Amino acid sequence: MKLKSILMGAVAATAFAPAAFAERGADGHVNIIYWQAPSILNPYLSSGTKDIESASLVIEPLGRYDQDGALVAYLAEEIPTVENGGVSADLKSITWKLKSGLKWSDGSDVTSQDVKFTADYCMDPEGGCAQLAKFEGVSSVEIVDDLTVVVNFSEPKPNPYGPFMGGQSPIIQAAQFADCTGAKAPECTDANFGPIGTGPFVVDEFKPNDVISMSANTNYRDAAKPAFATLTFKGGGDATASGRAVLETGEFDYAWNLQLAPDVLAKMAEGGKGTPIAAFGTLVERIEMNMTDPSPSLEEGVRSTAAAPHPALSDINVRKALSMAIDRDLLVEIGYGQAGRPTCNLVPAPLAYASDNTDCLVQDIAGANALLDEAGWAKGSDGVREKDGVRLSLLYQTSTNAVRQDFQALIKQWWDEIGVETELRNINASVFFGGDPGSPDTFQRFYADVEMYANNFDGTDPESYLAQHTCDKAPKPESQWQGENINRFCDPAYDELVAELGRTGELSKRGEIAKKLNDMLTKDSYVVVPLVDRGRVSAHANSLGGVVLNTWDSELWNAADWYRIK
Amino acid sequence: MLTFTIRRLVLSVPTLLFISLIIFLLLELAPGDPMAQVPLTVPPEVKEKMREALGLGQPTHVRFWKWLVQFFWIEPQVMIDHYFGTTYAEGDLRVISWQTRSPVMDIVVQRIPQTLWVVGTAYIVGILIALPIGIYSAYRQYSVFDQCGTFVTMVGFSIPPFFTGPLLIVVFSVQLGWFPFIYDTTHKVTDWDSFVYQFRQMILPVMVLALQTTAQISRFMRASMLDNLNQDYVRTARAKGLSEAVVVTVHVLRNSMIPVVTVIALGMPAIFGGAIITEQVFSVNGIGSLLIGALFANDLPMVQTLTFIFAILIVFFNLIADILYGILDPRIRYD
Amino acid sequence: MTDLSNPVPLTKPRSQWLSVWDQFKQHKGALMGGGFLAFITLAVLIGPYIWTLDPQKLDIRNKDLRPIFNAIWDSDAKVSWAHPFGTDNLGRDGLSNLLAGGRTSMAVGWAAMLLTLGIGTSVGVIAGFFKKLDGPLMRLTDLFLSLPILPLLLVAVTLFRQPLRANFGPEGGMFILIVAIIGITSWMPTARIVRGDILALKEREFVLAARSIGTRPGAIIRRHLLPNVISPIMVSATLGLAAAIITESALSFLGVGFPSDFPTWGKMLADAVQRMEEFPERVMLPGIAISLTVLSVNYLGDGLRDALDPRIRGR
Repeated sequence: MKLKSILMGAVAATAFAPAAFAERGADGHVNIIYWQAPSILNPYLSSGTKDIESASLVIEPLGRYDQDGALVAYLAEEIPTVENGGVSADLKSITWKLKSGLKWSDGSDVTSQDVKFTADYCMDPEGGCAQLAKFEGVSSVEIVDDLTVVVNFSEPKPNPYGPFMGGQSPIIQAAQFADCTGAKAPECTDANFGPIGTGPFVVDEFKPNDVISMSANTNYRDAAKPAFATLTFKGGGDATASGRAVLETGEFDYAWNLQLAPDVLAKMAEGGKGTPIAAFGTLVERIEMNMTDPSPSLEEGVRSTAAAPHPALSDINVRKALSMAIDRDLLVEIGYGQAGRPTCNLVPAPLAYASDNTDCLVQDIAGANALLDEAGWAKGSDGVREKDGVRLSLLYQTSTNAVRQDFQALIKQWWDEIGVETELRNINASVFFGGDPGSPDTFQRFYADVEMYANNFDGTDPESYLAQHTCDKAPKPESQWQGENINRFCDPAYDELVAELGRTGELSKRGEIAKKLNDMLTKDSYVVVPLVDRGRVSAHANSLGGVVLNTWDSELWNAADWYRIK
Repeated sequence: MLTFTIRRLVLSVPTLLFISLIIFLLLELAPGDPMAQVPLTVPPEVKEKMREALGLGQPTHVRFWKWLVQFFWIEPQVMIDHYFGTTYAEGDLRVISWQTRSPVMDIVVQRIPQTLWVVGTAYIVGILIALPIGIYSAYRQYSVFDQCGTFVTMVGFSIPPFFTGPLLIVVFSVQLGWFPFIYDTTHKVTDWDSFVYQFRQMILPVMVLALQTTAQISRFMRASMLDNLNQDYVRTARAKGLSEAVVVTVHVLRNSMIPVVTVIALGMPAIFGGAIITEQVFSVNGIGSLLIGALFANDLPMVQTLTFIFAILIVFFNLIADILYGILDPRIRYD
Repeated sequence: MTDLSNPVPLTKPRSQWLSVWDQFKQHKGALMGGGFLAFITLAVLIGPYIWTLDPQKLDIRNKDLRPIFNAIWDSDAKVSWAHPFGTDNLGRDGLSNLLAGGRTSMAVGWAAMLLTLGIGTSVGVIAGFFKKLDGPLMRLTDLFLSLPILPLLLVAVTLFRQPLRANFGPEGGMFILIVAIIGITSWMPTARIVRGDILALKEREFVLAARSIGTRPGAIIRRHLLPNVISPIMVSATLGLAAAIITESALSFLGVGFPSDFPTWGKMLADAVQRMEEFPERVMLPGIAISLTVLSVNYLGDGLRDALDPRIRGR
């Protein structure tokens, strides 16, 4: 009798628990804070992370990357591959099949029409689409039936997962955006502020650069999700305030990207209301060496161009010594803590593409000094090295950011120990990362000897990222100083290898080439000196369950699975 | 005085046009790029296309003319449409923000409530505290009250809001847990309880801002009162047998108000301008944070429109101050 | 005004400045303020020669040291006599930073404040006194009040940083640029306040009297108007000094200020705010330094005002 009742109870518990748990909107309200406020909910008109991630609660792509960078089907039935026949053998087309029975939040059906419309919307020449790069090489998008579309590429595409994959490229509703294509895109304020989507939440009110109120999507494909009935997405303030709100006062449940010094974050976490979580992607903080001469004595048009090689940094021994003098472990400890790891690679992940290069990890001041002595850079009376009348005196610039300024101070000290004089300069990020050809302070213009910033690549394939360092991509006056080859590195062998990567489809071979390219930029030439593989730290309240931090896609990728721990 | 007012109002139109041109040229000259916040993963060709879609390819004078038309012709029509249900502005292109791709004025209107609630209240609170402190400090110069007032206001003014804000948060939100510190802009005051919540969420930013205002105005009030307290007319008033209260609050105060009126009038546009740092610390997201956000994103139409609205307010309140001078001291004549 | 602190004792007839000095001496607050200001000025000028640690030197092993006086109530505190005021999160010495930072902050504060007062007072007096110039000058003031400061800064940096750096070095060039920018963007309130007072003063009987005996405008301004607007100018000066020291730190936050490893009080305060719970001394030390400087200037101003007012002096 007793045993029976226990058994009954256990059965009942297991039967009821998921039922009680799995009810849409049962867990009430959830608060999310991003210290950068979303401006618009249409990722095709803005590529800011804040906009893409807030929009990802509402509109979804066909497939996403999960926390390991693997592909997961969202609106698609499955991820098309060469193996399952979804990607053609010549790599020139990919066939996507939608899940059946999908509904927009207004109750209408999701069809292949919407998918094709999304591509047309972004590829409109007058639209100024922010995600155009995702659709690069697409020649046409064909509708096969209500649930099937084929994307054709003009060239073989070893990585066909550009369009409709990841938070940057979600499907928008054709009916809502029909009158918003091309030059009219910005005029559709209502649609841009409240897109109709397939995601777990719908927009109730959007206050640009301030706050979004959302509620659960009644037409969401999983009847039991999302667990929250309403959601507030607050933006603004700074990382300190949002960290406090989650970790110390518990006013909010989730805080994005807490770029705080590790000791500050650790102190906040003692508040006990929440937990910081970290994950790694491909973001690498690095020092770029200017291969061209930025001296103000040169005339405009020659300064910082290939016409004038850098008097000191052209010497590989100098670049190598500068790299050897840096203690990356200490940089991580001071600046990033659990959100950083020392690295010597430009491509730190995914595993298939990451080189095993670790030779820079140990600081070697004596070795650097010896190397410079050997190369003929002799210390002058003031302790600064000189060779043939060239003083090793560097201007080191970066954007304004507390961690970067600490890094500058540390690195200046180490370089001082190897007889290199450093002048520091920090520039407002909106100027530094802007491309204003009239400003001398942009990172592309590079009117400094070395500069530090972070960069990463979208998704898991580094091809276009590595292709940034080909000769023709160097910023120069003729191209209005636009270009991605910031350090003006130029090696025909490198260009050749990049071209080869573009022709190669086989994954293991691609990995091999990518590693080689990575090594050519880092340990073989030291034009790029990677410092820290920067992870992302976010924080969630201890009562918020289901959070899986993902750096390969939107952080809110699985918000449908979030729930309140009772 | 009426002719003076009318003349100044007429004159302010060319002044404002000139100011708008200078602001436009300044923004044009400033280094910056609306693509600065676009991630580096977006290739330069795409960025170039996005710039073109924003209309950046057009020459400067065309863009200035467009802005003038949109601001002075279309936006008033939109306002009329909104209030009278007409459709004059239908289909016309309004001033569009580059960040949000939506009409600038809509966002400005959205931001006014929290700006007025927080910054406006702080200003009024600041003035209400400052005037009595200034008057009494001067009347009892070098008394304990005066010394304390001087100490508190000067220390308060020397300590910037980027320090006082977090300090109050740590004390009152984190340690004591009395007040929230992330301002909820969606909160609506409908009954007593919601008013109490509104009061609680306003109190910290208002304290920070009022401290600065109080310090500034009370110092000017005190100095000006001191100048007047020893004047002959005060002795005369006392000799006539007027009560101390009347002497101080009517005779001396009126004559001491000129610098204080100037300072208060200079501060009024700043209410609408918001308080950039304080708004940021408490996530108030008022007009101040709108402006700084737009500046960092190089959202030129937004910056241009906001700064121009401030310019209108500055010109207007300085005119008010000039008129008030004439009322406070009838000897001042402008014609 | 500079000869006040260094009076020339004339014998007969009893000089006006001597009685000003006599009155000034009786003002305890002013004497204390003056004394403290002299102390702090000497400290930042001579201090770095006595306490010779390099403020930019990182000593990472000794980071996050507490000030020595913490040992009084907390015997476990990490302290060291080598760093009596503790060290920051990169191991930079607190005391030498305070001294070096004070040097810059005081220099920027005073220079910018004097520039602000100079422009503000001149514009205010001229606009208030000469009716013809009132309109144009006040519209100019309106224009300057309306200019958005950040784009202005960025333009100034783009245009002038390189030539200034070439002529005065990275720090000297930045100093000139910062002082000029603070001066140019903060003279307007002073100008409007002074003008308001002048408008009222110039209609008073004593100005009329001066005019009627043929005193020239320059002399009227110098002898009759300026002494009567001294008190709002003093208040502006005190507030202006505090504002300039703080603004300097805001500028370096915007990336327009001194190089990031160049200490100033404002920057020390801004950097320390994040860690104010664990290391309150890092905000307290620069905060107290700024506050005390501003307070002493304030008392000095009070004393000067009283001393210069013949109505008070007579009593």
